[in-house]
This record gives sequence, C-alpha cells and structure tokens, in this order.
Amino acid sequence: MVRATQVVLAHVPGLVFSGSKPRREIAREGPGLQQKIRDHLRPFEAAVAYAPHQVMIGNLSPELLWDRPRPWHASPVAGASTEGPGGCLIDQSTFYAWLARADAARLVSFTESFAAVLGPAPGGPGVRTASHAALEATLTAGGEPLYAEGERLVGVIAPGHETDESLTGAVLLENAAAKVTGALALRRLLGRGAGEPVDFLLGCGEEAVGDRYQRGGGNLARAMGELADVRGAGGADLKAFCAAPVHALIMAGALIQSGLYRRVVVVAGGSLAKIGMKVLGHLNAGYPVLEDVLAGIAIDVVPDDGVSPWLRLDTAATLRLGDGDAPHQVAAALTLAPLRRRGLRLSDIDRFAVELHNPDITEPAGSGDVPANNYRIIAALAVQAGEIGRDAMPAFARSRGLPGFSPTQGHIASAVPYLPHALAGLTSGGLRRVQFVAKGSLFLGRMTTMGDGASIVLERNGG
Amino acid sequence: MVELRDKLVLALGERDGIPAPALRACIESAGGRVIYEVTQCFV
Repeated sequence: MVRATQVVLAHVPGLVFSGSKPRREIAREGPGLQQKIRDHLRPFEAAVAYAPHQVMIGNLSPELLWDRPRPWHASPVAGASTEGPGGCLIDQSTFYAWLARADAARLVSFTESFAAVLGPAPGGPGVRTASHAALEATLTAGGEPLYAEGERLVGVIAPGHETDESLTGAVLLENAAAKVTGALALRRLLGRGAGEPVDFLLGCGEEAVGDRYQRGGGNLARAMGELADVRGAGGADLKAFCAAPVHALIMAGALIQSGLYRRVVVVAGGSLAKIGMKVLGHLNAGYPVLEDVLAGIAIDVVPDDGVSPWLRLDTAATLRLGDGDAPHQVAAALTLAPLRRRGLRLSDIDRFAVELHNPDITEPAGSGDVPANNYRIIAALAVQAGEIGRDAMPAFARSRGLPGFSPTQGHIASAVPYLPHALAGLTSGGLRRVQFVAKGSLFLGRMTTMGDGASIVLERNGG
Repeated sequence: MVELRDKLVLALGERDGIPAPALRACIESAGGRVIYEVTQCFV
C-alpha cells in the first residue's frame, strides 16, 4: 500500500547561479546576464502564491490549473499558505539553516551576521561562521558561494579535498541540496505518523555521491535518514535517472509484499543542477526565473491497512531490453501492456500520472508541453485499441490526463507529484485507479543509446 | 521531400519526440549516412 507522501519545496533564489545552465551562460555572456537573472528572481511570497506550487503541496487540485489563465505566475493564489496536506514550502534561510545542520564534514560557513539571522542549526552543533575575507578565500580555493537577496555572499561550502574533482564545492553543494530536501520530506512524513519504525529507506535521486574512486557510490538515503533522526532503518539508493521513483515504488511494494520489511520509505531530494535550466527562455519571455525551487519527496509504503490504496504489483512494468525506444513503443510497453495482463483497458484508468513538468517552465524554452505530448500518445493508443474514436482523443487526454505542475526537478517530476492527490482521490474521492508512468533518459550518460521506463497502478483499497 | 541518398546527416533526436536511433534507421533506409547522432532530453 502507499499510505502517505510528503513533498518539500525549498525556495532558493540565491542558488540559481549554482545551477548548471546559469553557471555556463554567465561564464559565456558575462555580468550583463548575471544582472538580468538577479533582476528576475522572485521573492518567497511569489513562490508560495505560485499556483503549481500550491498543487504540489496539495492545497489546489491539479485540474484547477486547466482553467487558470497562463502564465500562472501572473495570477498568484490569494491567501496562499506555505503548508498543505501534501507538503510545504520553506524559504531560503530555513534551507540554509538545514544545510548547516546537514554539514557532516564541517565544510559550510556563513558570515556571523547571516548566521545570527539563521539562528542555531536545528538540533545541530551550531552554524560555523567565518569572516567575509575568509569566505572569499575559500571561494578562490574552489568553494561554492551561498547567496542571499540576489547575490549577497553570505556563506560558502568548501571543497572536500584539494584536488578531487568529485569533491569540489559545487559537487558537494549539489549533493547536500539533495540530502537536505529529501531529509526534510522524510522528517515531515514521519512526523505526521504514529511513530512506527521504518525498516528501510529507498533513495531514488540522481545525484552522484562519492569521491574520485567511487563517483556515484551513493546511499544518500542513509545520510537523509540520519539527518531526519531516523533510527533502526537500513537504506540504499536505486539509480535509474528520472524513472527511479517509479522503479523504487515497485521495489518497495515487492519488499513489503515479500514480508521482508513492514515499512519502506521511498525518498529523493532535489536537483540543484537543474535550477535555472530554462532561464534564458524565461528571461526572453519576460518571466521571472521559475526554476528556483528544490523539491524533495518521501513516500510511505506499508502492508495492507484496509484503507490505503493498493500498489498493484501485477500491473508493474519496466521497459525491457528490446521493447524499443520510439515514443509509441515506450507508451505501449508502460501503459497498455501491463493493463492487458490484468484484463484492463486504458479506459479503466481514471488518471494517468506521467512526467508532470510545468509547461510554463518548459514552453518558453522551446521544450513543449511534456505531459500533453505524453497524453496524446496514450490517447492514440486508446484509438488504436478500439477503445475510443479518433475525435474523442482530446476529451480522453483531458479527462484522464493532468496539466503539468511540477518544477523541472528531473526524477521528482516523474509521476510521483500526483501522489498526494491520488491518495486523496483513491480513498475519500472518486478515483478507482491511477497509473504512474515514468521515463528515464539513460542515453545522457553516453553508456547506451537506450531510454528506460517504469509504471505501476495504484488502486482503491478493495478494488 | 528531402533526398537523403548519399547525404551525410547529423541526427539530433529528442527523448519525447523521435530518438536518434529511430532517426538513424530512417535515414539509413533512405540511403543517407549518419555521421553524428545524439538524443537530447530537455527536462
């Protein structure tokens, strides 16, 4: 069963300059672009009132976005809260305070004045401080800056080694950002339960943790568990690009079903590298920098409690070698084929949760509307299967699809942002079945030309 | 219509569109020669 899920969105405009794309573009274009980005950063209040973020934390249902005027940042949600049933938003200072606490290697330092604003690291040994001159010296030695209010240097993360490229300040900040956001989602999830022990933490992020001899060695799940004050649980990471969260759900379900564990939490942190990835498109469109949040998620997988939706392992599918990589082949292998195995049709699925990238983020950069493209293919499969007529495709896509609302945080955007809404719909709402479909771009690592994918159906308890 | 026979082709695929291996298969079946192929992911 999937019992609960929690999402944490950390608004980090000061880290936009540490995103891969802004870093490269500023190096190429110079300070003019840097200033332009700085001028287009949005305040925390705007990030809270941003309708897609309110959907992420469960305060707005995704379907409400269909009729909301776009771009969504131009119509802020009145009275928006940082708290929702599915998660919360935290501001940059809160993130930095947790970054200080997460700093197991004591590499993060803040200026004294900013440390005073942060207060003591929550439950930790205290925030390390350094003079401005010392921070500048650490930057020169390969540290990564931590900015506040646009580009005011308030801290730095030092390299973990003088010459190890896997332990530069930039790499460590990327990994620490994932650790903090995943751990905060985990803390939030566990804090809302009855305190039952967790047996296993299954990480499914994309960051590569390790030194030069084992870049990507991983097990960030254990580090997240430590930061979240979990005791008694084991942990490991599963790596599969953006498909990993759905692979992890399948494996978590199997671990529970086998009886090996009683409680598995799937956990992932955010992607710092992808902050500001579409920044040029946003600037050209006159938008604020919309990729300014890190997202973490934690998903509680437990045995049947008579209420929580069933994770139907008999509908689990992964893209098999030989299935093919063309979009219709991938969609057929991940949606239609596993349903047929159980005697179901595409029309038996109330909602398909695909990669739910926010189109306001992707379209200005020429990347199109990712979920809409996926729904078009699924609708075409329904036509091909004789379930609907060709003219019913738009209605099929609208009634069984979703508007994109997730920040472009890679694996986080892969289907699982719909979980808070699916859990509500499959328990107290009118949903019966939701299929979660994720894809992974393995070819980006240059080890194969293949992609990957995984899917599974979540079904109302009792069928 | 583009005549691909004996042409050198750069195949730029997209994950949610047409991936590069599919482009290669089409191009080669039409007599073209792929000298570079890559599939991009823009999310």
